[in-house]
Amino acid sequence: MEFTEVHVNQDNKYKKRKNKKPETKRVSQEDGGGVEKKEEQKTEKSEPSAAFPSTFSVSEIKNKQRRHLMFMKLKQEKRKQKMQLKKKKKKEREALGDKAPPKEVPKTIENQRVYDETTVDPEDEEVAFDEGTDEFSAYFNGLTNPKVLITTSDRPRGRTVRFCEQLAKVIPNAHVYYRRGLALKRIIPQCVARNFTYLMVINEDRKVPNGMVLCHLPDGPTAHFKVSSVRLRKEIKRRGKDPTEHCPEVILNNFTTRLGHSIGRMFAALFPQDPQFVGRQVATFHNQRDFVFFRFHRYIFKNEKKVGIQELGPRFTLKLRSLQKGTFDSKFGEYEWVLKRHEMDACRRKFQL
Amino acid sequence: MGDRSRLCSVWLGSETGILKGVSLSRKQAFNFCNSSHLTRDQEVRALCWADPAESELLVGSVDGTVKTFSIEKGAFTETRRCGDSAEGCFTGLAALNGSALVTCVECGTLRVWRGDSSEPATELNAGKNVCRMRQSPVHTHKVATGGKENGLKIWDLERPENPVFTAKNLRDDWLDLRQPHWVKDMAFIPNSDKVVTCTGYHQVHVFDPSSPQRRPVLKAEYGEYPLTALSLAAAGNTVVVGNTHGHVALLDLRKGLVRGCLKGLAGGVRALQCHSSQPVVASCGLDRFLRIHSLEDRKLQHKVYLKSRLNCLLLSSQGLEDGGEDTQGEGATQEVKEEDEVWDTMEQVEEAVEREPKRKTTEEEDQQKKSKKKRKKGQD
Repeated sequence: MEFTEVHVNQDNKYKKRKNKKPETKRVSQEDGGGVEKKEEQKTEKSEPSAAFPSTFSVSEIKNKQRRHLMFMKLKQEKRKQKMQLKKKKKKEREALGDKAPPKEVPKTIENQRVYDETTVDPEDEEVAFDEGTDEFSAYFNGLTNPKVLITTSDRPRGRTVRFCEQLAKVIPNAHVYYRRGLALKRIIPQCVARNFTYLMVINEDRKVPNGMVLCHLPDGPTAHFKVSSVRLRKEIKRRGKDPTEHCPEVILNNFTTRLGHSIGRMFAALFPQDPQFVGRQVATFHNQRDFVFFRFHRYIFKNEKKVGIQELGPRFTLKLRSLQKGTFDSKFGEYEWVLKRHEMDACRRKFQL
Repeated sequence: MGDRSRLCSVWLGSETGILKGVSLSRKQAFNFCNSSHLTRDQEVRALCWADPAESELLVGSVDGTVKTFSIEKGAFTETRRCGDSAEGCFTGLAALNGSALVTCVECGTLRVWRGDSSEPATELNAGKNVCRMRQSPVHTHKVATGGKENGLKIWDLERPENPVFTAKNLRDDWLDLRQPHWVKDMAFIPNSDKVVTCTGYHQVHVFDPSSPQRRPVLKAEYGEYPLTALSLAAAGNTVVVGNTHGHVALLDLRKGLVRGCLKGLAGGVRALQCHSSQPVVASCGLDRFLRIHSLEDRKLQHKVYLKSRLNCLLLSSQGLEDGGEDTQGEGATQEVKEEDEVWDTMEQVEEAVEREPKRKTTEEEDQQKKSKKKRKKGQD
């Protein structure tokens, strides 16, 4: 009995295999044939598919596993073709040598940027005068030294507190104070009386820092940023030792429009004007597609050609929400620029900073 | 300079103290100042026409001087000291019967200057923190003032002792609390005694001095930010208001409903003005752009970047010349040159006669251009 059973079982298995094999074969056939053969198969399978459109899409297969299989095959096929094309092109380029046509520059929304008429021309007298006499002129003329007060929204929790502490390490002459439930409008006169030049408020939501108000004192302007992807020092891989107390150098990238210039000046005025190059530390504000990326690095010149950098952290991303004239007054203040979503970012190739 | 300034149809005063003229037909903007010594005390706070013929501009700057700008010559011709910078900057400026000048400063002193005398002919106090003074376009001796905790007052400059009309504050609210009061801008409604105001608490009020009621006869609200500027459309029953966030809306004065919003502004509005005959409104503000919207379809028609924050705005009553297209630009300049030659040859004749036909010709041009534009649109 047992034997027979086993035999039957084996037989079954055998049968199954038999059943399976032709399937796999079929698939492999499809492989070699490409798209056309698949279509043929389709026509074989179901009669009404004769009316199918010439282009066959994998999503029409109803069996999920089969669809997945087919999709993987299709993808592999495409990739193979692409690689072949690439190789071919490379060979052609090598064959042509120096006469090869220049490589095409990829299209990005940045190099396709819509021209902004407010782009600052460095030779423009009027803008130069406007910038020379604005609220930051005292700093840029070397009359004031920055002094920054960092505080948070009420009852900050873990991450925000640590973020503030690390920011205070990055910005020289920065003092972190506990908010104590005070109103910003009442803090500002006290700050002015104690010669602070900046008030920085970090807002948090569900224990994650998500907003920053940067208010230049004594008479504005005030910028409101969205803060995202905050990475504290601990969470950064391959970071260097803790930063020293030297004044860092500041790099401001891509602040080209009039608004961008104001924001750039605002960031620049956070740091003392003459950096201590001994510290070899750099704070970078890099603007790309209206997002301002902040990074803090230490560099070293290894030899005449090579430079090494290590990140010191923290890193975060800012996005400008509004720029207000005067010190913080969200109710009655006059706004110089407000981000209007769906109106300003309707065109993806238009940037504000 | 002169031929440049004659082209301009929009005049703007900037925070850097530069008077700017914009010619919409040629898509050009000109600065009228001596750029060698720019200072922030020259910041333009008020602009108005010196005469009904619109040949001269009055420019009120922060340091308390009023300068006269001649459009014919394209230069500043006169400077006059009208108060101190300590009194605050100008909130309003108006010409009275051609020769006299009305000034109002933030601290509330309203002065009438006659002739060339350095002493004011009349002086009255309109209360503290005046935000705006406006002159009635019909009865030029009537002015309205208003400010923070300082309700609307209408003054007759021929009887300056007491205001003709003082508005009452709103009734206390349902908690019996006093309502705050902050008039930011006002305008006289033509063909009636009514005055429309906008407030820092995002309200629009219409007052009627001819009725016994001293509280607003119509109350409307727009948005949630302080309204800063207002202008009446030529038709009379619509008012355009703008706020500190750059939201501009058309309000219907019959029921106080929002008719539509004008899009495209990025920063707070400082001044708004509707054209006296065409259905367009010009706006300027802290975002450094002059924008001209159509009141009919509320589309943006022109947008000019002017490099400094703009405080005030003035439109000339002649056509805005909004037909100028790039292809026609060259032709237009040629025409202008030819015209200039014609006028140069005619200069022996009286000047006054000479100007009027010129204006007519420009208007004709306008019409031609408009028709062209229409045709173009039709093709599209």
